[in-house]
Amino acid sequence: MEIPYAVKPRPDTGLYNAKVGIWLFLASEVMLFGALFCSYILMRVNAPEGTWPHHWLNIWLGMTNTIVLILSSVTVVLGWASLKMGKFGHYKFYQGITILCALIFLGIKSFEYRDKFIHYQVNLKDGRIADGHLIKAETTTNVVALEGRWIDTNKMEELYNPPLEHSETPPIIIPRSDIKTMENYGPWHHTYTAIYFCMTGLHGLHVLIGAIVIFAIWGPLAKVWEQDPERYINRVEVSGLFWHFVDLVWIFLFPVLYLL
Amino acid sequence: MQPTTQADTHAQASHHEELGFWQKYIFSTDHKVIGIQYGITGLMFLFSGLCLMSVMRWQLANPGTGVPIIGTLLNHLLGESMVSKAGVISPDLYNAFGAMHGTIMVFLAIVPLAFGAFGNFVTPLQIGAPDMTFPRVNMVSYQFYFLGGILMLASFFIPGGAAQSGWTSYSPLATVTNNNIHPNGQTFWIIGMVCLINSSLLGAVNFITTIIQLRAKGLTWMRMTFFCWAQFVTAFLLLLAFPPLEAAAVLQLMDNLLRTSFFLPTGLVVSGQMLHISGGGSPLLWQHLFWFLAHPEVYVLILPGMGIVTEVIANNTRKPIWGYRSMVYSILTIGFLSFIVWAHHMYLTGMGTRIATFFQTTTMVISIPSVIILTALFMSLWGGSIRINTPMLFALGFLPMFGIGGLTGLPLGFNASDIHLHDTYYVIAHFHYIVAPGTIFALFAGIYYWYPKATGRMLNEFWGKVHFTLSFIFMNAVFMPMFIQGMAGMSRRMYDGGQTYATSGDIIGLSPEVIHLNVGISHAVWALGLAQIPFIINFFWSINWGKKVTSDNPWDATTLEWQTPTPPPHGNFDKEIEVVRGPYEYSVPGQSRDFTPQNEPDHPEPITHGNPVRS
Repeated sequence: MEIPYAVKPRPDTGLYNAKVGIWLFLASEVMLFGALFCSYILMRVNAPEGTWPHHWLNIWLGMTNTIVLILSSVTVVLGWASLKMGKFGHYKFYQGITILCALIFLGIKSFEYRDKFIHYQVNLKDGRIADGHLIKAETTTNVVALEGRWIDTNKMEELYNPPLEHSETPPIIIPRSDIKTMENYGPWHHTYTAIYFCMTGLHGLHVLIGAIVIFAIWGPLAKVWEQDPERYINRVEVSGLFWHFVDLVWIFLFPVLYLL
Repeated sequence: MQPTTQADTHAQASHHEELGFWQKYIFSTDHKVIGIQYGITGLMFLFSGLCLMSVMRWQLANPGTGVPIIGTLLNHLLGESMVSKAGVISPDLYNAFGAMHGTIMVFLAIVPLAFGAFGNFVTPLQIGAPDMTFPRVNMVSYQFYFLGGILMLASFFIPGGAAQSGWTSYSPLATVTNNNIHPNGQTFWIIGMVCLINSSLLGAVNFITTIIQLRAKGLTWMRMTFFCWAQFVTAFLLLLAFPPLEAAAVLQLMDNLLRTSFFLPTGLVVSGQMLHISGGGSPLLWQHLFWFLAHPEVYVLILPGMGIVTEVIANNTRKPIWGYRSMVYSILTIGFLSFIVWAHHMYLTGMGTRIATFFQTTTMVISIPSVIILTALFMSLWGGSIRINTPMLFALGFLPMFGIGGLTGLPLGFNASDIHLHDTYYVIAHFHYIVAPGTIFALFAGIYYWYPKATGRMLNEFWGKVHFTLSFIFMNAVFMPMFIQGMAGMSRRMYDGGQTYATSGDIIGLSPEVIHLNVGISHAVWALGLAQIPFIINFFWSINWGKKVTSDNPWDATTLEWQTPTPPPHGNFDKEIEVVRGPYEYSVPGQSRDFTPQNEPDHPEPITHGNPVRS
């Protein structure tokens, strides 16, 4: 049994089945991320004055990732266009760059995640607050070593607005017996880190799935090109549409989480 | 038309490669098999939802006494902490049963039956398609649903028991319940819901694509059956409303497992202890995200039911549906409006009177298209030569029941009257009238109507009528008294059936009469359960021993699903389908029969009525 319009477009809609399907799926994805962006807005509006963080993330890393994803969007289109012109080798090259971009993006993202997990806020018993990255080599069972700064407890907003310029400071050594609580910048730390990990995590999952699908079509399923080129181009197109959506989400995530 | 005998079907099937049992019934990609899988699983969940409620009704009618027989069984299954030796269910278990009754009925029974089962089985047949556009996605959709169901059921047996915070799972309650155990019932609930949401999303994409792409030649939009329109709109609701709940589920899962505070406000105190959380979250956010799904979900529950009823009524009145176009435009309007009414569930949350006014207005507006559809169905009965058979009885039962459910919703839509009625048994009665004697009757109508297409045999008419009569009586006996209890102010989530707020001495509370209604309701629930026995036996008995159909079109219907062999083989149609007319061409003057199938070519010589034909 053959499903009609699986490859050729239906005359009155001008679309083949998978293209209708992917657009509908993307509509649902818009609703998914839309709900998360709405949640973000609500959290931010609800936060008491001065407690919503700025510059907790490295803008340059985010910028690099933005450029990497935009580049991959271009190569996806070039790859698809190459196939349309029958140049399979060019397609292989361009789509290879796409996959590489996806890996670079995920690599940078993992590095940023690690940076948050070794970033601690330490509340001392005497009321002082230290904030900085854990220095593994100097941290022992007796002391905690941080590369960071002391927070002026009269200016708590400093905690949420770290200085953009990073100055070299000697490590802060705190005896463990002086520590009341210490917590890293994981999702549990603040609603900002919570929504940051949630949204970028979900987006990262999309990048990963998109990269796997694009890789599968590019590598293991490449023989379909010889058997049924039209079907192959359709697959590349559909996976490309998904990839553009994933990029688009990042175009919104970057300013919302890094810049604003 | 030539009836296709079983032997013919076998002959056709033998041309294909014979599939093994697993491929044919378990990992099938055939939309009809998947529809039946959804149907059987959904019916089982429907019954288990009823069972949960039957146990709860014992507690409400006889607070603090042991449930006979079943209580002992539950004691062995769930342990002393949930059910005492005497069989008395604990408040925690009562809450868990209540939450799971709602979850199972909505997400595991009604939606899978109305959308998964009927949508899958009937839609491709009615649009003349060989299958769904994405058969494998369809299979995965069912598997997600099945997995979600298993997770929900399994959660009863984990430490702490199943989710206990109502089917709405409001935070912070849902997050702080059993928060010393991980994973707890709520974790299972959330992950189960994510599976169900994914199932619905895949299904919705498939349905919409199928209806857009695979309509047979000549089947223009306004020649499509109302049932398919209903499925089309339903699929859009699922597609666009479920993702926000998925987002909410992810957020609540993070609150549950990663100690985030999306829905937990700063300074939350539980049992006199300040919680160690970062705070800054908003409980209202959960409610907004939840109801953004759950109001369209209400229409997901009812629209396919309307579709089924329309098919059955058109077929059994032997006349075209009155106002088909208005019905189509109405259902599209409902689909759109259902996205902007959600906060009428939240009048009492303190979200502000201006917002409440807006949602009150949209809520009143959405009742208009619903009334148009119901009116059109009533008008369709006028002047028809009505055949009273079991499907028609259930369809006729649907109309007034849905009417009651709809009209009693209006006082809940006005925020002034809702202050009194909110969270009382009145609400329970209202939405159950829509879903239980409403949608479930429509589902029964559909089962009795399409059973001969799926199996080649009819369900027994006599026992069908018994099933209808008893169900109709007991449904009303269950839900009608709840209006009285609700108007008297009885809260809906009371473990002791309202005893806490009973009138005593000078304190004016619930009167003994109102509380005593619990006893009658409970008896009606159990009787309703027993009334399903004729149906269950009939359903399984008729597969092998029911009356054989003598034609592919036993109801003399016009729509395309009756133009296939019986039961339809993989690929459905054994001939080219070209549609030449609308879906409900019954009793067309001048035709030899009182039905004209959608694909029957026009008369070779047009009826002239005495006038010469001019070209």
